[in-house]
Amino acid sequence: MATFDRIKAIIVDQLGVDEADVTMDASFVDDLGADSLDIVELVMALEEEFGLEIPDEEAEKIRTVGDAVNFIQDRL
Amino acid sequence: MFLSGKVAIVTGASRGIGKAIALAMAGAQADIVINYAGRADAAEETAEAVRKIGRRALVYQADVSDTRQVQQMVDTVIAEFGKVDILVNNAGITRDNLILRMKEEDWDTVMAVNLKSAFNTIKAVARPMVKARYGRIINVSSVVGLYGNPGQANYAAAKAGLIGLTKSMAKELGPRNITVNAVAPGFIMTDMTEHLTPEAKERLTSSIALNRLGTPEDVAGVVAFLASDFCSYITGQVIGVDGGIVM
Repeated sequence: MATFDRIKAIIVDQLGVDEADVTMDASFVDDLGADSLDIVELVMALEEEFGLEIPDEEAEKIRTVGDAVNFIQDRL
Repeated sequence: MFLSGKVAIVTGASRGIGKAIALAMAGAQADIVINYAGRADAAEETAEAVRKIGRRALVYQADVSDTRQVQQMVDTVIAEFGKVDILVNNAGITRDNLILRMKEEDWDTVMAVNLKSAFNTIKAVARPMVKARYGRIINVSSVVGLYGNPGQANYAAAKAGLIGLTKSMAKELGPRNITVNAVAPGFIMTDMTEHLTPEAKERLTSSIALNRLGTPEDVAGVVAFLASDFCSYITGQVIGVDGGIVM
């Protein structure tokens, strides 16, 4: 779960949400209150943390914390 | 001073309004990145003047219409100074002609240097500014962009484009404490306006409430003010600096 923890830390930092709210099925927009700029920033932060590039068409598919975790785990 | 500890990039800062902006902001204790396109000697003069004030100056040659060169410039600034607080999009050229005589190349070049340049610079600084939750972006537009001018279809369109860009960026970046404003200078005495005949200057002056042409310093003061924390709650605005041509 190291990947999940790293991602969780970034989400907590970027969105200013409680760690407990960052569950696999939490939606960035509906549950964590992110707006479009928040999501762009989050994607940028994830790119930096994991040293990968997330193309726009992939980024659009990332709606929940689980989507982000699965996307990154598949590429590590 | 009101810009102490700030780092500012000024495009087209070797001469004219850009040079005056660089010096005004250095006077308010900002470190200055002096971008220029062709006149290395003039850019170095501006840098010397900044250093004389006691601030750091970095001279950087880059064609602002070239996305890659602009990104490299901003990367260099981040490496040297660690941040960018202020961006002033001042670089501009004219290729005046009546539309019947204007070449496609005159249109494209003016659009690239006067408008695309601002897309390039804003795109490059947006990431560090968003991360820092701080930024001041000032675009140097023109009264011509607001009211039009015969013989300047390209220039006026580019300057009007800067205003649309200013307002969109103000809305997009506002939530991250980045303000984006424009100034719209009127007739300012620079190399760009020096070809005017005395009669033309006379005629222009009579349309100006303050009854004189503007100086680069007249514009620079407003830009430095917009870059300061006195203007934390001003964004998406176009400030006319025209001596009262239009009210």
